[in-house]
Amino acid sequence: MNRSRFDFAVGLFVALGLLALVFMALKVGNLADFGETGGYLIEARFDNIGGLKVRAPVKSAGVVVGRVEAIGLDRDTYEAVVLLRIAPSFKFSKDTIGSILTSGLLGEQYIGLEPGGDPTMLANGDRLGKTQSAMILEKLISQFLFSKAAETPAKAP
Amino acid sequence: MMGQSLYDFFERRGRAVRVGIERLGIAARFTGALLGVLLQAIRRTALIIRELYFSGVRSLLIVAVSGVFVGMVLAVQGYEVLQRYGSAESLGVIVALSLVRELGPVVTALLFAGRASSAVTAEIGLMRATEQLAAMDMMAVDPMARVVAPRFLAAIFSMPILTLIFSSAGVIGAWIIGVRLIGIDDGAFWSQMQANVDLRIDIVNGLIKSAVFGVALGLVSVFEGYFAAPTAEGVASATTRTVVISSLAVLLLDFVLTVMMFRGLS
Amino acid sequence: MDDGGPTAMIDLRDVRFSYGGRTILNGITLTIKRGEIVAVMGGSGGGKTTLLGLIGGRLKPDAGEVIVDGQNVPRLNKAALYALRRRIGMLFQFGALFTDLSVYDNVAFPLREQTDLPDALIDPLVLMKLEAVGLRGAKDLMPAELSGGMARRIALARAVALDPAVMLYDEPFTGLDPISIGIIGRLIKRLHRALGMTSIIVTHDINETLRLADRIVVLANGRIHRDLKPEDVTSSDDPFIRQFADGLPDGPVPFHYPAPDYAAELIG
Repeated sequence: MNRSRFDFAVGLFVALGLLALVFMALKVGNLADFGETGGYLIEARFDNIGGLKVRAPVKSAGVVVGRVEAIGLDRDTYEAVVLLRIAPSFKFSKDTIGSILTSGLLGEQYIGLEPGGDPTMLANGDRLGKTQSAMILEKLISQFLFSKAAETPAKAP
Repeated sequence: MMGQSLYDFFERRGRAVRVGIERLGIAARFTGALLGVLLQAIRRTALIIRELYFSGVRSLLIVAVSGVFVGMVLAVQGYEVLQRYGSAESLGVIVALSLVRELGPVVTALLFAGRASSAVTAEIGLMRATEQLAAMDMMAVDPMARVVAPRFLAAIFSMPILTLIFSSAGVIGAWIIGVRLIGIDDGAFWSQMQANVDLRIDIVNGLIKSAVFGVALGLVSVFEGYFAAPTAEGVASATTRTVVISSLAVLLLDFVLTVMMFRGLS
Repeated sequence: MDDGGPTAMIDLRDVRFSYGGRTILNGITLTIKRGEIVAVMGGSGGGKTTLLGLIGGRLKPDAGEVIVDGQNVPRLNKAALYALRRRIGMLFQFGALFTDLSVYDNVAFPLREQTDLPDALIDPLVLMKLEAVGLRGAKDLMPAELSGGMARRIALARAVALDPAVMLYDEPFTGLDPISIGIIGRLIKRLHRALGMTSIIVTHDINETLRLADRIVVLANGRIHRDLKPEDVTSSDDPFIRQFADGLPDGPVPFHYPAPDYAAELIG
């Protein structure tokens, strides 16, 4: 009867849609993410985070190991408080340094982790001991100008 | 004389506005009635499947073919610009994001408006003109539940599926042009894409857009058909109205949704 | 099936209805008893179809009451109106068959939608209705493949599928060849008797009306002009009825559409 012909065609249609969804999710998107619930959180404090955004990557040696989960401001110390979610398979030493780096010259900013030699590993809720804030272009320029001015003594009128 | 024609001008404009607003009120009541029968109508799966066939399956070909061509054009245009800055390897990203976030939902919706929505309006309009809706009503079967609601639901269910197919076809088309024809590195094409297309932000938001468009398309098409004047001209003008109003609604909604979804990203 | 309620099946009391600024019905009072076949006649646009719309609950009167089988139709809520309509059948002017369903599915439609009967029980009922109108052999055809007369017969079978108590006919003879007209006329009468219905036929066809009806109601100017028996029509000397019955070009319904003076327009 006609009904089964419709059912078949629509079934194929939906199957094709699911196929497209799988294609999209795997080949096009990054389903390889461990999702929001996996991984552990560590905290990092910076004087200036520059253009760092939530969901920016956390990399170590260039490999993505996690994502920036949240960004906030400490009301007392006026430091930027950044929460990083790290994939469970990666462990970092307690003396790891977290820096805010830029991909390329003018690209988006991310957190780079450089582990140290400490045998103890960071656990959920720990804070990074040392951090390096983002390079702010204006500050760099004014630093440069200032140091240049300090080098050359004032000319006698 | 001039005074009279000026008066007529404004009178006609004013009447058009009043009629337009009345129509909006009728549309609101119609939507309310439609929502009222949705729960009852959603149980009649055979009817919905039938409409899914006529609206969704029958639109597959035009959507898939258009998707491939749009993807190919994106690849050609995108490459032309990117290679000037040495970023030809980012082609995959450009194409994928354009398709998934914008072109997929919007172009699919416009194609659907032209192919499926117009057909639904014509069909319902014809049923109105030949008294089939009145006959059904007199047989104590609610035409809203039996004729209107299945077509409305079919639009909402078909759109995300068609959008996914369009976007996939587009990516494949871009791959054919970019990797096979132009010679961009296959690995870079896919890896850059994967690194920059986020499942939640981009793909899911694109799907939400397509579902919202589906609601708009479904609503406009059944409304225009239901209230079409019961003559040949009435049905014809209702059909063109459906395509025009649906298209404008989709573009407007796209703007609103894009701002809501993608504004905070950069 | 008619379950024998109040003797007045349909009762219209001083019903008024206007549309688009025009008064269509201007105080109609009409009582139709159980088991009667009443023909409603009158000029085009005279409110005949409006009457059917009011009885069926698709239109609401501006004033007056429409009472069908004891129920005040305009006041009914949707559920009650639908319950009443299950006992009313209507034949639309050109059949109004569902074009996407076969003949069989069209006739089965009311049975499938309104009853919980399984297909096995619906099947003989559909076949019986089709047999009654002589089109059982056409059950697998689509409406597009039917002639006008056949389509209307199928629509009739569909309308009586649930054995209604009241049948409404909207111009059942219009546009048919003489044979089909004869067939429909006989079917109307036969079904009326077999199912013990009350039937209202809106029509122009004087000949069939004289053959079928118990009573003829003539509408003019939004009111009931005359309410008489078929045998009184031929002997009536009312100018309106005479013009109608004899098909005279001019009379109370004028030949000329209102126009300015002829001589003046020719010369001027």
